[in-house]
Amino acid sequence: MAEVLVLADHAGGRLRKATAELLTLARRLGEPSAVHVGPGAETAQKTYAKYGAHKVYVVDDADAASYLVAPQAEILAAIIEKVSPAAVLIPSNAAGKEIAARLAVKTGSGMITDAVDVRAGDDGTPETTQSVFAGSYTVTAKVTTGTPIICVKPNSASIEAAPEDAALEPVEVSVSEAAKAARITDSQPKKATGRPELTEAAIVVSGGRGTGGDFGPVEEFADSLGAAVGASRAAVDAGWYPHSNQVGQTGKQVSPQLYVAAGISGAIQHRAGMQTSKTIVAVNKDEEAPIFELVDFGVVGDLFSVLPQATSEVRKRKG
Amino acid sequence: MNIVVCVKYVPDAQSERTFQESDNTVDRAAADGLLSELDEYAVEEALKIVEAAGEGEVTVVTVGPEAAADAIKKALQMGADKAVHVQDDAIHGSDAVGTSLVLAKAVEKVTDGSPELVLTGMSSTDGVMGVVPAMLAERLGLPQVTYASELTVGDGSVTIRRDGDTASETIEASLPALVSVTDQINEPRYPSFKGIMAAKKKPVETWSLADLGVDASDVGLEAAWTSVVAFAKRPPREQGQIVTDEGDGGTKLAEFLSAQKFL
Ligand SMILES: Cc1cc2nc3c(=O)[nH]c(=O)nc-3n(C[C@H](O)[C@H](O)[C@H](O)COP(=O)(O)OP(=O)(O)OC[C@H]3O[C@@H](n4cnc5c(N)ncnc54)[C@H](O)[C@@H]3O)c2cc1C
Ligand SMILES: Nc1ncnc2c1ncn2[C@@H]1O[C@H](COP(=O)(O)O)[C@@H](O)[C@H]1O
Repeated sequence: MAEVLVLADHAGGRLRKATAELLTLARRLGEPSAVHVGPGAETAQKTYAKYGAHKVYVVDDADAASYLVAPQAEILAAIIEKVSPAAVLIPSNAAGKEIAARLAVKTGSGMITDAVDVRAGDDGTPETTQSVFAGSYTVTAKVTTGTPIICVKPNSASIEAAPEDAALEPVEVSVSEAAKAARITDSQPKKATGRPELTEAAIVVSGGRGTGGDFGPVEEFADSLGAAVGASRAAVDAGWYPHSNQVGQTGKQVSPQLYVAAGISGAIQHRAGMQTSKTIVAVNKDEEAPIFELVDFGVVGDLFSVLPQATSEVRKRKG
Repeated sequence: MNIVVCVKYVPDAQSERTFQESDNTVDRAAADGLLSELDEYAVEEALKIVEAAGEGEVTVVTVGPEAAADAIKKALQMGADKAVHVQDDAIHGSDAVGTSLVLAKAVEKVTDGSPELVLTGMSSTDGVMGVVPAMLAERLGLPQVTYASELTVGDGSVTIRRDGDTASETIEASLPALVSVTDQINEPRYPSFKGIMAAKKKPVETWSLADLGVDASDVGLEAAWTSVVAFAKRPPREQGQIVTDEGDGGTKLAEFLSAQKFL
């Protein structure tokens, strides 16, 4: 069976959930092999094995981490050349899409971004599902040239264990000087909040201009549900919440099991980032707010009374 | 410093967007078009850099249908000095790979093969792929610095700040370079009356694929390396239950979450 490469998303060997999702999906297309760039492959090996990686190609280039996406594209191109995989799966985040873009040009291959599903089509080659135009259309697509390069959105598949060996296989790739022309010179880690990461979270609770700058009720409700906290651009532009928490066209695209919008009107640019959520809930004072067109459940009311009451009720029920 | 800004003409996000039944491509005639809002930030940034330096020229380049002239006009009204419009029926249906090929050739031609700084938006408001900048950088052999929320042009180098998922990063690259900018970087100006009048006299060159030495068989729908097999309009989400808070809205919300097994 043909190999399917999965580019791992990890921080020093701590695998993000997206990696396990991609390994799960890759099994539908062939035998998954992970590609691990940077340190920590030994730490990650158990998880690779658990989710069905037969092999792990390890490129432990200490530099790779400080040189952005170009080196990773070169590394993947070299491995593709070596093993002729049936497909390459990459997490559909900003960096992942850029790696895929460069890889597509380098290898003369077609690429698909933001897939929410991947499967083997009638002829055995990968077929993807994407949601476009702010979720108003569903598109089925295929790569017709080269090695299919497919970027899959986080949270698109439920992870399933299927233990394999995950044998580590070191690969020597010499990264060109040109790929190192852009370099991270300083990196200030975000303060840890103890909350799940926005794009990985099963539940997201977001606040907008309606919070008037007080995200307290939003955060407390989020914490009662174990949720991540998001924000509309209006809230971010006002300086009430960090830009990295912005949901929408120019922020994060999330698709959790449950999305709660509090004090958010539901502008098209906001919808573009949350419309594929499975269940949508809104709390808004204005019954005409467009967000209510999308909801499974809506409360017309003041978030400063609705959210605290919901928080204590949730805590009570959870015990 | 001479700056090239790549701008895209896109269907208005506020209007109905759809596909063409005949070939599964985006129906660009159905919706009104405009300069992609996110590219206004790139035009603004280029203008600011040139204004601060007191020298240099801003050239906008677009690949798109005849109507894309509107996008060019807007950029010229904002203050760009000149424009290139690559227009060829054979380009219809190109994917990002094809578009980036044409764009790269156009950037090379307009800069005589030596661009100094190429600016783009973070993504187009229709495709929202955010991949053309990376492809352009790959094709032009330029260092790629993307998602800039601040940009400083120094002597022979550029420095950006960007807001990553896990960290706020400073990134440095040598010039020439390709930089994509976010909607955090500035506040795009509105064209002034003077700008609107001046734009009418600014040079716009229209190039075909032949002018760029691009083979028509390398672009367009036929050459696309991906294909849309099918598309379907999603049934509009059925509106769920809406309750008005009468002192028990929070409790009802919790009950809904409990019934849906979220607790
Ligand atoms: C190029 C571009 C990109 C953009 N990208 C994004 C993006 O990525 N993400 C994004 O979110 N936006 C984005 N926007 C902005 C978007 O158009 C809207 O302006 C923004 O989403 C509005 O945020 P909001 O809903 O919080 O504010 P508003 O639209 O002002 O809505 C506030 C809502 O809160 C309600 N409210 C007020 N007080 C209360 C209360 N006490 N209790 C309950 N409800 C209350 C009001 O009824 C109202 O519906 C973008 C815009 C542009 C032009
Ligand atoms: N047809 C085009 N003509 C000119 N520039 C483009 C075109 N398509 C994309 N771009 C540039 O690439 C950026 C990202 O586009 P995309 O990858 O389509 O999201 C845009 O903001 C533009 O700066």
